[in-house]
Amino acid sequence: MSASGITIQGLTLSFGRGDAEKQILRGIDLDVPAGQITGLAGESGSGKTMTGLAVCGLLPAGANVGGSIRFEDVELTQLKQRAMNEYRGAKIAMIFQDPTASLHPMLTIEAQLIDHYRHHTGASKKVAKQRALEMLGLVAVPSPEAALRKYPHQFSGGQLQRIAIASALMCEPSVLIADEPTTALDVTVQAGILRLLRTLCDELGIAIILVTHDLGVMSALADTIAVMRMGEIVEHGSRFQVITDPQHPYTRALIEALPDAADAPDAAHSPDTSSAANAANASDAVPTEGGLS
Amino acid sequence: MTDVLAVQTKRRSRLRISKQLRTPLALTGGVIVAFWLLVAVFAPLIRPFDPLAQDFDRLQAPSAAHWFGTDQVGRDVLSRVISGAQVSIPLALMLVIFAMLIGSVLGAIAGYFGKALDETIMRIADLVFAFPTIILAMVIAASLGPSLTNAVIAMLIVSWPAYARVTRSLVLGARNAEYVVAGRLLGNGPFTSLSKDVLPNVVSPVVVLATLDVGTAILLLSGLSFLGLGAVPPTPDWGAMVSDGVQNFSSWWIAAFPGLAILTVVLAFNFLGDALRDALDPRSQEAVQGRAL
Amino acid sequence: MPESSKTALTKSARAGLHPLARYLGIRLGLTVLLMFGVTLVTFTLTNLVPADPVQAALGEQAAADPAIVAQFRENAGLDKPLPVQYVTYVTNLLHGDLGTSQQTRGAVADELGRAFPATAELALTAIVISIVIGVGLGMWAALKRRTITDQMIRVVSLIGISVPSFWLALVVYFVFFSQLHWFPGSGRLSPAAIPPPTVTGLFTVDSLLAGQVDTFLDAVAHLILPASVLALYTIGLLTRFARSAILEVLDLDFVRAARAKGLPGRVVVTRYVLRGALVPIITVLGVAFGSLLSGTVLVEKVYSWHGLGEYAYSAATKLDLPAIMGVGLVVGFVYIGLNFLVDVLYGFIDPRVRVA
Repeated sequence: MSASGITIQGLTLSFGRGDAEKQILRGIDLDVPAGQITGLAGESGSGKTMTGLAVCGLLPAGANVGGSIRFEDVELTQLKQRAMNEYRGAKIAMIFQDPTASLHPMLTIEAQLIDHYRHHTGASKKVAKQRALEMLGLVAVPSPEAALRKYPHQFSGGQLQRIAIASALMCEPSVLIADEPTTALDVTVQAGILRLLRTLCDELGIAIILVTHDLGVMSALADTIAVMRMGEIVEHGSRFQVITDPQHPYTRALIEALPDAADAPDAAHSPDTSSAANAANASDAVPTEGGLS
Repeated sequence: MTDVLAVQTKRRSRLRISKQLRTPLALTGGVIVAFWLLVAVFAPLIRPFDPLAQDFDRLQAPSAAHWFGTDQVGRDVLSRVISGAQVSIPLALMLVIFAMLIGSVLGAIAGYFGKALDETIMRIADLVFAFPTIILAMVIAASLGPSLTNAVIAMLIVSWPAYARVTRSLVLGARNAEYVVAGRLLGNGPFTSLSKDVLPNVVSPVVVLATLDVGTAILLLSGLSFLGLGAVPPTPDWGAMVSDGVQNFSSWWIAAFPGLAILTVVLAFNFLGDALRDALDPRSQEAVQGRAL
Repeated sequence: MPESSKTALTKSARAGLHPLARYLGIRLGLTVLLMFGVTLVTFTLTNLVPADPVQAALGEQAAADPAIVAQFRENAGLDKPLPVQYVTYVTNLLHGDLGTSQQTRGAVADELGRAFPATAELALTAIVISIVIGVGLGMWAALKRRTITDQMIRVVSLIGISVPSFWLALVVYFVFFSQLHWFPGSGRLSPAAIPPPTVTGLFTVDSLLAGQVDTFLDAVAHLILPASVLALYTIGLLTRFARSAILEVLDLDFVRAARAKGLPGRVVVTRYVLRGALVPIITVLGVAFGSLLSGTVLVEKVYSWHGLGEYAYSAATKLDLPAIMGVGLVVGFVYIGLNFLVDVLYGFIDPRVRVA
């Protein structure tokens, strides 16, 4: 599998000018290697979501961006929207927090799976549909053929998030940004989605940026964890190191704030647990509804 | 404690509103409304002639002596336009205030007490909504007989339901709010609860609706007068004056100036109402402060 | 939603009806109920409110003759109790009897029937103009939010809802017909034009069906001024509404998700944004059409457009109560019917209603 990750250096982001300027990111350095899940943790307002959006070039109007985001030797921050569209959805895909909101309620699943695929590859409807069936199979949506004809309101949240992931995978992206992918889901289906992300990362070699406030999810899934606070990365290290031996007082506070802090390090005690099963078990073990924010 | 909070929010929102209202549109609207209010108040002093006196040659074009010309029976159009402000503006304001009072009281009763009262009030409102506004007002005014009072009664009947609907839905939302329930548990009777805890939260949207309605009310009233169902001759009403213009088509000034009067005053109220709605709408607030943060 | 429809919903749910059929059934039931409500309103206004219903129905001259009055009272059953009178009233309505016009002594139903197609043609033209321009402007304003363009469109739409249409009709007539002679002034066709054979009653459609191109162009030319005047208010209304509906959709996740898929802006707007805003926009179309129907009452007179509006205008100025009630009833029915159509359309567009 092609292996290209993302390298972020000195990324700054602000809104407004002069006195009204509001600093959102103050110099982020982050390496997102292929085949790994890089976690971005922090409470709301820490800038983690903005970092994800910056990689996708989806920042709100009026954002002032500085620093560098490199992908396949291309400087993404310098790209115009039109050029960025070549990457978005094709090589860099994104999934959002609430799948019931991120899929259009009035378009069929088929329409939403194939439109960007056909746009990016120029494939025929038939080929695109074949690909969509394949992807739905990959993310384990039951009876894909029937699913294509349905509308989002006919699925559960967990199924919809699988469909959203299938949609993201349509164009074989190298990078997947997952913004709070399980936060809006029932605790019972969270494990399945996490397991799926782990498998995709391992088997397709995709670089995943996992943005979440939930250290429970983070400790179950991420290979490395970057802890963000007020627009800066205060700590970055392997999952094991960050969870069991936090260096920064803020990280320590976050971990202690977990409802059963004692369990969290346990769940991540073996740093090499990259298999899907372990990830799922771990996330089962950590009550995920007790996150921060 | 609730009081302190309420005062604080009130103060803050007032600050915000005054700032938001300093837009070019709102200022223009405010100046024009102020102008017409002054005209209405000082009409007897500033009009050059008696608006009812048929002292002049008929159908004179605008001139130095008669800036707006004279009408088909030899009255000074400028004096009649000035006097028209005394008819339309106070009636429209009164109408909106009464419609707001009646509508919001009935809506509050419907929302707070529910059941049969709610059904009765809201079904009557539905009936009113089953007609286009002017048509129903026309039908009612016609069966009551043409007069300004009857036109206003007709307009009251068609305009209260809008306030009832808004108030009812706001009260329904507020009724089960924790502070209202807490008030009831502290022993407030239904009327105390309704007037002290519920209504203050309902007032501002209803007032915005009322501001937006003043322009519509003036349009509707002049429309009824145009149809001969409002002001009875020789009352100097703008709508009736435009109607005179239809009969004397080649003398454009008879209709042009009263029409311009209606247009400017309605537009000014709509400018004000629009700005006020923006100021009070939390969504546009958020948008102004930089969205997606 | 009223209590009755809630029970209807659970009942038909138990019966296992298709959700769309169930939805339409409920809407249809409500529509019929509302129509009865409308007859109740006109009944009340005809028979209870006027100081002297007999005079209101017969006109001053006839009411002065005791013989005619006695005859009328007996025929109209005015001596009977109110519920009986109401049943008689509705029965007459169902037989197409809307009373007699005091002005013309003709049957109100016939006169309304003749006037209706003219107004339908005018209102349909105006609604098409309003949708194209109003939704277009609203979308443009939303996409350019908080720019000069947005502000200018806002001013235009505020002007649109502030202009008294009866005055604008005069101004436009004076400028574009009397002074500039750009468009024909009054009527639906030039005196020289041959009216097409009646199929739908709409001159534009009928002339095309008959292959009379000249007549078609003539009819269109006559439509332009009154339809534009009528449309201005609804353009203002739709612009504001479309803008806020589209802004609301623009903030939704699925639009951000569509952009994240790398689709070009044009595709995102047409496929995702507009589709998402369609339901609220369609919902407001019913209201917009109602205001168009109201507008015809104030506008048609100026253009000698022999439709419902002109009929209502002359009825109102002459205080011809049976004719006024007839207009109220017909316009009320049309308005309710249109809102039912809107509900039907809504049901077909939104899969959450259409699909189980």
